[in-house]
Amino acid sequence: MSAATTAWSSSGLQQRMSAKSLGLIGLITLMLALAWAATQGAYAISPGHLWTLLTSPSQWATHPDAQVFFHIRAPRLLMALLSGSGLGLTGALVQGLYRNPLADPSLIGVTSGAALGAGLAIVLGTAMPAVWWLFLGSSLPLLTAFLGGLAVTALVWRWSSIQGQVRLPLLLLMGVAVNALAASGLGWLSFMANDTQLRSLTFWLLGSLSGTRWTSVAWAAPPVLLALWFTWRLAPQFNALALGEAQARLMGVSVSHLKRHGVWWSALVVGVLTAHIGMVGFVGLIAPHGVRLLAGADHRVVLPGSALLGAILLILADTAARTVVAPVELPLGVLTGLLGAPLFLWMLRQRHASV
Amino acid sequence: MSLTAQDLRLVKSQRTLLDIPQLNLAAGRLHALLGPNGAGKSTLLGALAGLEHSVLRQVRLLGQPLSHWDTLDLARARALLPQDNPVPFDFNVRDIVRMGRYPHSDQPHPREAHLVDEALQMAGALHLVHQRYELLSGGEKARVHLARVLAQVWAHPDHPNERWLLLDEPTAALDLAHQHTVMRLLRELTQQGVGVIAVLHDINLAGAYADQVLVMNQGRIDTMGECEQVLQPSLVERVWGVVCERLPRQGHAGRGWLAFS
Repeated sequence: MSAATTAWSSSGLQQRMSAKSLGLIGLITLMLALAWAATQGAYAISPGHLWTLLTSPSQWATHPDAQVFFHIRAPRLLMALLSGSGLGLTGALVQGLYRNPLADPSLIGVTSGAALGAGLAIVLGTAMPAVWWLFLGSSLPLLTAFLGGLAVTALVWRWSSIQGQVRLPLLLLMGVAVNALAASGLGWLSFMANDTQLRSLTFWLLGSLSGTRWTSVAWAAPPVLLALWFTWRLAPQFNALALGEAQARLMGVSVSHLKRHGVWWSALVVGVLTAHIGMVGFVGLIAPHGVRLLAGADHRVVLPGSALLGAILLILADTAARTVVAPVELPLGVLTGLLGAPLFLWMLRQRHASV
Repeated sequence: MSLTAQDLRLVKSQRTLLDIPQLNLAAGRLHALLGPNGAGKSTLLGALAGLEHSVLRQVRLLGQPLSHWDTLDLARARALLPQDNPVPFDFNVRDIVRMGRYPHSDQPHPREAHLVDEALQMAGALHLVHQRYELLSGGEKARVHLARVLAQVWAHPDHPNERWLLLDEPTAALDLAHQHTVMRLLRELTQQGVGVIAVLHDINLAGAYADQVLVMNQGRIDTMGECEQVLQPSLVERVWGVVCERLPRQGHAGRGWLAFS
């Protein structure tokens, strides 16, 4: 046992995987995780049966198992895939931008803004004129969460600009301060809320993929995929930025362009995701760490790799959330923390043991 | 064909960091920048590289003010090696050197795939190519970054242009043998037409290799000229407050050197 651990920490971590083998292993793992997750649940469908259903389109409309799969499980799996990739990618982006492996997408203010937006809608929304309520209905928290996330990011962005230049250390501190402000706002809202409101606020703050419909998938897919494509092309510039803003500029990188893309793609992705699934922590922190540990810090690998690893982690966490104490669901945010924190601790130990 | 500056004045928080009315540095020569701590050597290097926005117009490379240069063209024409190079992530050595190739992305060298290795070879660090950067010693890290700036200004056969290396204490972390290897490398580069400005603290190292020395004090160029003429005990005592004597040259090839008592 100890010999195996030593072999892993000395050879496994010194000799890094090539980007290609990491990508291949990642994709296979993702497929296996998806296939496994598709069969699990309060309403279990055996793998063989699922395969028969998928390959006979005539049964899609009629068979009850097909109904469960296409209306409930498939959108949820895809949403887990998209959310995990989005959170993993933005984690890598924000860490690259701040040149700090401990940074997290919440530091640009988007998460707390979204939480505050959703909280306001949940607790104070019922006080709105009935006409508005009819018009927006239950999607009101979703809308306010998305707008709140972008608005707070915009504020933090503006406050961190001095003479037209965004100062990254200032942006980081502003993010921390705004998060504290939003936390007390949420505290006040939970204090004001009645029992029903408090329950839905808590549910939202802990994050969940339950009740995901195809519309959520349709909303989340474009920003996540576009962000992946555009930011992956900026990977060499994120590499140069690792040497500091001054060196990046001397190497011809437009640092302000890089900051703008890093922050706003992250805000868009995290804003949309948080609006739909609530607060899900740790994936954005842990996925880039895992990829760097396996394949090194080159952003050309870390950006797509974090999306892939984030997707795998979130699919597994969500499957656990809906099966561990089925038919009751555990909040997703609780599980990502529960699984993520020990994994993160283990990775940190590994890394520093090998240094 | 030179790097020049005119009216280079930089004041921050009411402290004069730089006050240089006129500076003319010829390419193809090794300029050693000497001076006590806080004299403004790193600030001058940064200003000449284009890091100080307020004096971009005062610095000219190939006769063009830095403010007129395209950022990528400028990146291919000059590189700055800072004293410290903190790297927050666990990159491989190859990744670090490859960062220097960023400005060449749209006009890769015919031997692009081999350049990282060649740059590491020149800096005497090829054996480190597969290592993790953060496991290296200070001197090894310094040589990896030297390789990175060499890769950044690597001449392209179809676009030959004047190139400059601005090095802030390139020998500070190096052992005796590597100090001399690096200084010899810098001399070789000057023979290829590269202009080199190196901040050095070892006066004898400067005296042995440099074509010209610039002695800075309190943001000004105190003295500049040929090593033999400038590096005299009187100057050392005036600028650094250290007493020394000059020993005569040994044979014909060597240069004289200063002995500190």
